[in-house]
Amino acid sequence: MSATNGLTIAVPRGALFGETVDLLAGLGLDTAELRSNDRKLLFEDIGVITMRPSDVPTYVESGAADIGITGKDVLLEQAAHGSGDPARREVYELLDLGYGRCTMVLASKAGPDPASEALRRLGVMRVATKYPRIAERHLEETGRQAEIVEVKGSVELAPLTGMVEAIVDLTATGTTLREHDLIVREEIVECTARLIANPVAHKLRAEAIDKLLERLRAR
Amino acid sequence: MIHPIPSGTRDVLPDETREVRAITDALRGVFERHGYGELYTPALEYESVLARADMAEAQPAYRVFDESGAALVLRSDMTVPIARVVATRYPTAEPPLRFCYLAHCYRGVRPQRGQPRELLQAGIELIGAPAPQGTAEVLGVLCAALDTVGLEGYRIGLGDASLFPSLMAGLGVAEQERPRLLAALVNRDFVGLEQELFALELGASERELLLEVPQRRGGPEVLCASSGVVADAAANMRQVYELLDPRVAERVIFDLGLVRSIGYYTGAVFEVYDPALGAPIGGGGRYDELLGRFGRSLPAVGFALGVDRLHIALMGEERGTGASLS
Repeated sequence: MSATNGLTIAVPRGALFGETVDLLAGLGLDTAELRSNDRKLLFEDIGVITMRPSDVPTYVESGAADIGITGKDVLLEQAAHGSGDPARREVYELLDLGYGRCTMVLASKAGPDPASEALRRLGVMRVATKYPRIAERHLEETGRQAEIVEVKGSVELAPLTGMVEAIVDLTATGTTLREHDLIVREEIVECTARLIANPVAHKLRAEAIDKLLERLRAR
Repeated sequence: MIHPIPSGTRDVLPDETREVRAITDALRGVFERHGYGELYTPALEYESVLARADMAEAQPAYRVFDESGAALVLRSDMTVPIARVVATRYPTAEPPLRFCYLAHCYRGVRPQRGQPRELLQAGIELIGAPAPQGTAEVLGVLCAALDTVGLEGYRIGLGDASLFPSLMAGLGVAEQERPRLLAALVNRDFVGLEQELFALELGASERELLLEVPQRRGGPEVLCASSGVVADAAANMRQVYELLDPRVAERVIFDLGLVRSIGYYTGAVFEVYDPALGAPIGGGGRYDELLGRFGRSLPAVGFALGVDRLHIALMGEERGTGASLS
């Protein structure tokens, strides 16, 4: 058996990729091709499939992968209303891997906060985000009316053009926000990489998963 | 012309119906052979009647009003309607009572997730047979049903719904903190559970137990080396296990963290897993307090299988998919 005891693992491309591959290499997986070939998606010989982070819960929930690694931001966005939410992914969240740390924030243009002004004078603030469900929940929980505008690309553009008064976005260093003259008004939640597992694999492959967990905890 | 139907519902055409029919006929045969009489109940019930049960996450999702303004709901499972039938139609009948059903149930869905709004369930209810004998009987029928339809790789996860709540009480978790911890477990969120536990004023060993016990799953060895509350639940599970036919016992995986999202379970709970499917095919458990809410207090146990999931798993086994899980 391979270093992951024959488990199929969903690996996120993008910001978490480098550290995830280092983690797998640390477990003894031969990651040479994974590092060198960024066009390939399926690495059957080492039991790895690669995809964008937001697809990881989908593949793990369906059982196409036994376990996977993705950001807490992705998990929160796909389960923004807790256990009663039918959108909640049916996956186990097993371990906080600690890397990929960043913060979900509410930010707006520097100077007097245009969001509070809008709230005071218009009764509603417009908020652009790639995380509509996290944004909606945060604003709901803090008792503010908001109109959520979902965008797919650079969120920073939205307040600069006057389309919205604020954004909800993920930031690691704050550089992008500063470059666009945006300042953090509220920190919503800290996000790190998480190890998740398919609920059936968690029972039928219990030993393999627990051994892997033990090695990851002992890192 | 294309005329749409609601997402999460579908037409079942003859090729598929023929295959589903073979499964349901086989299941019905097994249930009847074991003495479980088939019944039908209305898909629509009074909301006020079904609301007597604690459905937690499986609350009925669809409501309509009848001509007199009474709220009706589409049933979300068959266990609660059968509890109503027992109290109403069998108020004095000598227990145990055995019923089976093949019926459509209705659940709320999130769009674009491929979740069914209408699902066909096949199941049994054994009313008036306490643990452990009643539980063992139902597990025997469950395995006979799965064997008869030809499912090969399945396993039964067996847990106890009262274990984690008793563990929290026994280890001194304040009453108002318990729902949050239980919610993390129901959510399958062990990272969240750990964070919640660190926020509480608990000793290190208590915290460790609350985090470690629900992650224990595997063969009979997980029942060993337990003390206190865990030992009580383990003893209950072992009692059931000892009554099982060896053919059934070899399918069992003990799972001390198994919790079902429906609220009315009181003791043993179980789920059916197959390597060919990423989600449980069905499940069930003991609901010793549900019948009392309808006015005929009897211990009870039952299970429901998702017929479509069973069909998918059978086809998956046939094609040899899901091998990565086996």
